[in-house]
Amino acid sequence: MTAKVITVASGKGGVGKTTSVANIAVALALRGQKVTCIDGDIGLRNLDVVLGLENRIVYDLVDVIEGRCRLRQAMIRDKRLSELYLIPAAQTRDKTAVSPSDMVRLCDELRTEVDWIIIDSPAGIERGFKNAVAAADRVLVMTNPEVSAVRDADRVIGLLEAEGKGPASLIINRLNPAMVRRGDMLSVEDVLDLLAIDLIGIVPEDENVIVASNKGQPLALEDKSKAGQAFQHIARRLLGEKVAFPEFGTPNVFQRLLGRK
Amino acid sequence: MMSFLFGRKKSANSAKERMQLVLIHDRTDMTSAELEALKDDLIATISRHIDIDPMAVRINMAQEGREQRLVADIPLKSATRRRNR
Repeated sequence: MTAKVITVASGKGGVGKTTSVANIAVALALRGQKVTCIDGDIGLRNLDVVLGLENRIVYDLVDVIEGRCRLRQAMIRDKRLSELYLIPAAQTRDKTAVSPSDMVRLCDELRTEVDWIIIDSPAGIERGFKNAVAAADRVLVMTNPEVSAVRDADRVIGLLEAEGKGPASLIINRLNPAMVRRGDMLSVEDVLDLLAIDLIGIVPEDENVIVASNKGQPLALEDKSKAGQAFQHIARRLLGEKVAFPEFGTPNVFQRLLGRK
Repeated sequence: MMSFLFGRKKSANSAKERMQLVLIHDRTDMTSAELEALKDDLIATISRHIDIDPMAVRINMAQEGREQRLVADIPLKSATRRRNR
């Protein structure tokens, strides 16, 4: 096995990176793939709670890097999906406990054991982000259709290009189709015009995301919710399948023209 | 009712227009003031070699995908004269 290493980054916090990592990992595991996700947000770990694995942590990423345990011992196996693992972040340390070359070494060791390594990058563009993208074969940049998230995504895309990690693929999260139709939210086309990179997923705003994280049961475990389906689609695209993008609100042309100055 | 419909600019349009400008400056690491200074320098330099009409010079950042380009349109004086005729 030679795993593909995927990092999810965004620059801005709170756009939905952790939720996406959890759901993409679950969706891949449901398709028989062996997946390990790594929480790169040292000091602010959350992927464990979103996945519902918080009570099973013994060792973490920093323990592996500092040699207090073997890689295998820090991999928590999910009880629902036997091919899904989590390496949690350390909660009482900071980003400087890990270096980009540590991440490359760890992922190289893991590559032979799984099909996918999915890394949750912390917000920001400093050390934590650099650690998270160091080993990445492909980076998924996440944004919301909202000015500050788009601006930060552009910064991250630029940094990835400069580091030879491009071209990144874009996930637009929390799209509200009704607001797009009303002309009060940037549409998918608007965001793609601005950022000028390839799209890999559109996730509509969905209350079920909160319900799922309350329960520690990622949406992608079931096929019922809109957001869950969107994450399934992203997983299938990662596997090389061509999956059409469903329509999530096109701005009403008439309204938009009326709104023009 | 009609004035309400016609008078208001949709917020998504404002967002897009504002972001287009912001991203150009972010990507080039250049403020509008710095771009103005660059224009002035360019005009001064070119004027030393050839007769141009400073008012007709257009220098802007253009975008092609994720590539930024500095595009200058500098009509020569004789050309502007011809154009105005």
